[in-house]
Amino acid sequence: MIELDNVAYSYGGGELLSEISLKLAPGSFHFLTGPSGAGKTTLLKLCYGALMPTAGEVRLFDADVRGMERDDIALVRRRVGVVHQDCQFLDHLSVSDNIALPLMVSGQDLLREDANLKELIGWVGLKSRAEALPPELSGGERQRAALARAIIMSPDVILADEPTGNVDWEMSQRLLRLLIELNRMGKTIMIATHDLALIRAAKAHVQARVLRISNRRLQLAGADL
Amino acid sequence: MTLDIAKFTDFLAGDAQADRVVPPTGFTATLTLFSAAAMAFLAVFALALSLATGRLADRWGDELARTSTIRISAPDGQMAAQTKAALAVLQTTKGVASARALDEAEQRALLEPWFGPDLPVDTLPIPQLIEVVEEGNGYDAQGLRLRLSAEVPGAVLDDHTRWRRPLVRAASRLRLLGWVSMVLIGAATAAMITLAANAALAANAQVISVLRLVGARDDYIANAFVRRFTLRALTGAGLGMVAGVIGILLLPSAEVGGGFLTGLGFQGWHWIWPFCIPVLAAGVAFAATRAAALRTLRDMP
Repeated sequence: MIELDNVAYSYGGGELLSEISLKLAPGSFHFLTGPSGAGKTTLLKLCYGALMPTAGEVRLFDADVRGMERDDIALVRRRVGVVHQDCQFLDHLSVSDNIALPLMVSGQDLLREDANLKELIGWVGLKSRAEALPPELSGGERQRAALARAIIMSPDVILADEPTGNVDWEMSQRLLRLLIELNRMGKTIMIATHDLALIRAAKAHVQARVLRISNRRLQLAGADL
Repeated sequence: MTLDIAKFTDFLAGDAQADRVVPPTGFTATLTLFSAAAMAFLAVFALALSLATGRLADRWGDELARTSTIRISAPDGQMAAQTKAALAVLQTTKGVASARALDEAEQRALLEPWFGPDLPVDTLPIPQLIEVVEEGNGYDAQGLRLRLSAEVPGAVLDDHTRWRRPLVRAASRLRLLGWVSMVLIGAATAAMITLAANAALAANAQVISVLRLVGARDDYIANAFVRRFTLRALTGAGLGMVAGVIGILLLPSAEVGGGFLTGLGFQGWHWIWPFCIPVLAAGVAFAATRAAALRTLRDMP
């Protein structure tokens, strides 16, 4: 599905990631941890074609990312839902429209998808906020809206970058439960976080592989997690 | 850039969903509308100038090409005889439709702008003028000169070539100037719309980033901007064209002034041209915005 083979990434003359090998199998659940600045976000971006590796090979759905045109990468992004910590929205559109954005850009009929959209908005608990504008949302609501937008196309993979970074513990647990539920539906999940408590909480409910970036390299985290 | 007709009609039909993804307001909207209106207004006048000078060049060319003048300078006693001889030569010259000697009143009228009215033409040594009107293909000027020099020694043939050429050349240059102005107006419109489109793209960097994140293709993002700018240019140019046409219609009529400037307007099927200006402006906006958008998107990470 997503495979990195001996990947390195350099920026501004310095190497940020080195010798990264990773395979996200269908239905798997991964945590990616490490200190701030370790390269978690960079690694996630490599996983959905937002960055190109400077060495090694990144394969997205069996295609080498270097051989992909921009349009091919756009199609990959419809199969990979991404949730950022600073989840960006189109502030002039309602929450409902923002969540439906992937449907719009892929040319799908919004009227036909209306029932699914409403069900999804209800599932993430934003029914009463559907017509609000993004700047009117709280941090937790923004994260849930971003998650809903990431999964509306029913992607195979969901990549979440510090999804609980701006929310309280209760909200982070709620988001985690949503992600675990998605994993049970067969989605591949990778969450980048430095919140070890979140990882411990998740491991009580799901079989997750925990990876740590240390000294530019990726390693399996120890039993303490 | 190749233009696929089906894609272009789809583009014009629009995608209501795609139109919503770019924020609807911004200074670029007013800028594009105003620029397109101003340029269309100027284009109407450049077009009118070009078409009017074209007509002028044709008229001058036709009028001067169809007539010639024979000037007879002879002593008083021989003037009538030489005039008669010249007319006889002209009657037998192939390509001459008619020829007549100007009478005193006509000669006086020709001199009046310089010497004023009541000029005693009969007391002045003024040459006799003969107006020659040519048939369709004209006559052999060189042959006629040779015959006149043999039979009418005081006659000089002026076939207007030395007058016609610079006048026609001047009118043609003016016509060219009009078309060059049109091209420059088009280029300036493209430049302004490119600047406005670049500003809009830069101002909407976050929108583009979000659209890319959710899987939008570059074509989709570009079209969201291109359609908006094209419609603004079409609307602005339409308003400018209407204002320009009203300005042309308000010019004094040719009958009143009779000069070149009063003939600055559209005649007959030439009225189609100003209505093409908004369509051309929309085409320029389409091409300029699309090129700017695709270039910007290509350069964006």
